[in-house]
Amino acid sequence: MTKRVLLIEDEANIAEAIRFILSRDGWQVQVLASGQGALETVASVQPDLVILDLMLPDMSGLEILVALRAQVSTTNLPVLMLTAKGQGRDREAAIHAGVSAFMTKPFANADIRAMVRQLLDGA
Amino acid sequence: MPLAALTGSRLRAARVALGLRQADLAQRADISPSYLNLIEHNRRALTGPVLQRLADALGQPVAAFNDHINAPLLEDLRDAAARSITLPEVDRLQEFVARLPGWAQLTADLHAQKAVLDRSLAALNDRMTQDPHLTASLHEVVSAVSSVRATAAILVETDDLEPEWRARFHANLAQDSDRLAVGAQALVGYLDGFGGTDAPGFASPQEEAEAWFAAAGWHFAPRLPKATPRAGPLSAPAQTVLQVWQDRDARDRALVPEAALTAAMTRHGPDPVAIAADLGGDVLAVFRRIALRPDTATGLVMCDASGTMTFRKPVAGFALPRFGAACPLWPLFAALGRPNVPVETVIETPGPNAQRFVAHAFCTASYPYGYHGAELREAAMLLVPDNGATGRVHPVGATCRTCARAECAARREPSIIRQ
Repeated sequence: MTKRVLLIEDEANIAEAIRFILSRDGWQVQVLASGQGALETVASVQPDLVILDLMLPDMSGLEILVALRAQVSTTNLPVLMLTAKGQGRDREAAIHAGVSAFMTKPFANADIRAMVRQLLDGA
Repeated sequence: MPLAALTGSRLRAARVALGLRQADLAQRADISPSYLNLIEHNRRALTGPVLQRLADALGQPVAAFNDHINAPLLEDLRDAAARSITLPEVDRLQEFVARLPGWAQLTADLHAQKAVLDRSLAALNDRMTQDPHLTASLHEVVSAVSSVRATAAILVETDDLEPEWRARFHANLAQDSDRLAVGAQALVGYLDGFGGTDAPGFASPQEEAEAWFAAAGWHFAPRLPKATPRAGPLSAPAQTVLQVWQDRDARDRALVPEAALTAAMTRHGPDPVAIAADLGGDVLAVFRRIALRPDTATGLVMCDASGTMTFRKPVAGFALPRFGAACPLWPLFAALGRPNVPVETVIETPGPNAQRFVAHAFCTASYPYGYHGAELREAAMLLVPDNGATGRVHPVGATCRTCARAECAARREPSIIRQ
């Protein structure tokens, strides 16, 4: 069965590029353009991996991550966090909240493909 | 070549120029001829009162014998030494200043510049990490770069890309490159304006405001000027500090008018508590009014409840630390611990050029948030030069790091100066 990836990213062109490269690798990618309704979408889509942007317009990716980790059904759901802020403070906060992996923008396509494969193969 | 040697040589030269014998000068200065002989031959250190009597006997100001030692320069160099990792020969500092004044000034200037750069760096760091506008601008640029990079890689690396997708990614690239250009220009414009906030040469807005105030003779003009006489336009933070001081000065003048202050000083002398009781003004307002009268040689230091100095009007012979905490033995801090209790003490500075001052200190407490709010304290210390002051004299310093007093119960850290 094809594994599902939920991409929560408000930058439309980045989302399109990521969806394109991951789709060509065979993953089923669904995009959500804001943090609003993220938990509900996770519940309905039941993804095998969530790729989460840290800086979303309505709520931070960190808040979504914390909420996911607070639910029994998503406690162990792999979450790859993308951010434009590469500072240690954000990285520490994400790690503390239980992020599975962390990738700083701008990223190389090959890197995100490898990271997604690693997270999904290990899921 | 300690200070005493340089001063002794000058004293000897002045005496010889006047055709006086050692015995004559010693008699006039009320010291023994043998002691004067030792002083002139650089074998005894001088205290401030003795130097004052010798200068009076020679009919010259004290500065004529020690003006070659630039006290502020010495203090700046001590401060520089205190902040260095490898401690230089602080015990030869006066020799350094005397022999190589140009290099000494250069060293002090570089130290001052470093303080300014350190502060700029800290401000820049704060701005980089906390400024929401900068964070948003950077996010915009990085997002555009991320999109360009991912899209360009797809175009280059995907050999069998369908024409429809290729056209779509080309359009995305064009859109992101426009966005990147606009974002980069906004960012550059934003950063270009960053350097204009701090005037060069000052370690803090307070110091910049104090420099402006000193250049203005510690006296406010009717309107706050927008330019400082020595450093170009005042930075916005310094203007804010000055505005607060100017507003306070206006209130003080209303409480303690000049004519009333002059009359009260005639009745009570420079006793701020008695003057405040007489005029019905608050004591700290009287402190400020006395210290900020035109052409007065009275120093003033004010601090908040944390002991942080919030205002410094220097007085010759009393070093005020530019950085770090002050000497805990200052009467200022005794007053800070006891609000509304007047403190008057004769204090003496350390070193061979010891100077005496009558220090008046007072602290007020206020409760701006009512019964259940925090107590705020503000203390002030008025410094009146008086080398003839007698009675119980309290030794004080500027700050531990540059204080020569070896045996001090209040010492916080080792001094870089040997007694």
